[in-house]
Amino acid sequence: MYSQKMMDHFSNPRNVGEIPDADGIGSEGNPVCGDMMKIFIKVEDGKITDAKFKTFGCGAAIAVSSMITEMAKGKTIDEALSITKESVAEALDGLPAQKQHCSNLGADALHKAIADYKSKHSA
Amino acid sequence: MRSIYMDHVGTNPLHPEVLEEMLPFLKDNFANPLSLYEPAVKAKEAIENARERTALLINAKPNEIIFTSSGAESNNFAVKGIALAGQKKGKHIITSRIEHHSITNTGRFLEKSGFAVTYLPVDKNGLIDPADVQKAITDETVLISIIHASPEIGTIEPIAEIAKIARAKKVIIHTDAVVTAGNIPVDVRSLDVDLLTLSAHQFYGPKGAAALYLKEGTRIIPLIYGGIQEGGRRAGTENVPAIVGMGKAAELARKEMDARINYLKPLRESMISDTLKNIKKVTLTGHPEQRLPGHASFVVEFIEGEAMLLLLAGKGIYCASGSACTSRALKSSPVLASIGVPDHIAQGSVVFSIGQGTTEDDINYFNKTFPEVINRLREMSPFTDGWEGLEDTPCTVKK
Repeated sequence: MYSQKMMDHFSNPRNVGEIPDADGIGSEGNPVCGDMMKIFIKVEDGKITDAKFKTFGCGAAIAVSSMITEMAKGKTIDEALSITKESVAEALDGLPAQKQHCSNLGADALHKAIADYKSKHSA
Repeated sequence: MRSIYMDHVGTNPLHPEVLEEMLPFLKDNFANPLSLYEPAVKAKEAIENARERTALLINAKPNEIIFTSSGAESNNFAVKGIALAGQKKGKHIITSRIEHHSITNTGRFLEKSGFAVTYLPVDKNGLIDPADVQKAITDETVLISIIHASPEIGTIEPIAEIAKIARAKKVIIHTDAVVTAGNIPVDVRSLDVDLLTLSAHQFYGPKGAAALYLKEGTRIIPLIYGGIQEGGRRAGTENVPAIVGMGKAAELARKEMDARINYLKPLRESMISDTLKNIKKVTLTGHPEQRLPGHASFVVEFIEGEAMLLLLAGKGIYCASGSACTSRALKSSPVLASIGVPDHIAQGSVVFSIGQGTTEDDINYFNKTFPEVINRLREMSPFTDGWEGLEDTPCTVKK
């Protein structure tokens, strides 16, 4: 059902935790549905220097959180905005079709974190 | 790596003595029991021997046992067969909200065919109130079908009390005893039911063999038409090796029942008491005492069931969950909703069911490992103490 890569990111998730002085925080999902993701980013000179997550959800949701934080780190804000659900799923060597809708919330949470950063730093 | 199987309500391994008894019918004797030559007669005798042993397990008469292919088939047969046989009297069926899908989906099918179905609620421990059954019966009621015990929460229902009400109102009563028959005492005379479903692989028999007990003199419409097998009530060439295996498994279950129960109960109690003592925000689901001897089911707050199941499997513990993400349909268990568990907490469902192969060492390993897995997932969770910020809105994710 799950790829080896997904199981690796689920069993050994990268970037678990919170960033206390985060520049942007974004959350997506609802535990009533089974998945909720919260992503924290640190931004310096327009570049994401750190990303961490806290996630309530199934194996796929945790693997997606781990992968998207890895993908976001080192990218500029604009580059990070081009990360999509599809590219995260692809980076995990695919997700089961039924997990695509409800568990693949990483891109939305990341985009929300970036929007949060922008709203705080627009001045 | 360790592998500890804790999904015995899912299925069970074959008892070695059962396999021994099946082997001749998988190898040399392949004859069709309907035929008249010697191997066929032997196959027929083996089936009748299995029928006697299966009947004895539940204190029925051999001619009251109809062999089928699965618990789901027996449940379909019971509900459709009695509904159709009784439809001149009326078109109303009573069942509950904690039934197996083979009952509820058959109910839905009958609703589309003009029947009315009442799905009775349960209390917070999963018990059906017999008074609710009494109130639900009308002049149109032709069948009451209530599960003997739920594989999800382990609660054992007061079937004898419900049957007494059914008897007084002259309504036929069926019970789905798939997870109880062969595991705890099940006696069709003292329960006083008209039909009862049992399945071999739930008591160390093979898959592909099950039975429907049908009380002598009860009229039923067949589910499968064809030849004269099973007295014309269930056509199809008999699955001889599986039926033989069911008979042997029934004999062993009857002989060893007390010992098996006495073995399981303290192990289960250790799982439940350790878990509740060592982990915060964990609730036992189902009845604390009136439950299956090897069954321990919980909801764990702030984490999700599939993730728990996968991490436990990674540590060699195999179990089940009723969370939405675990089900292929992505819907949380209706059984948990029926005992009042809110959707976000039902996501943390986990079900352990142990068996005769479970050792004390396994339980010690479980008691050490389960809190570790929970803590690991809780470290990842955005929720730690409470469900702060939880939107009160229903889930709108397109599934």
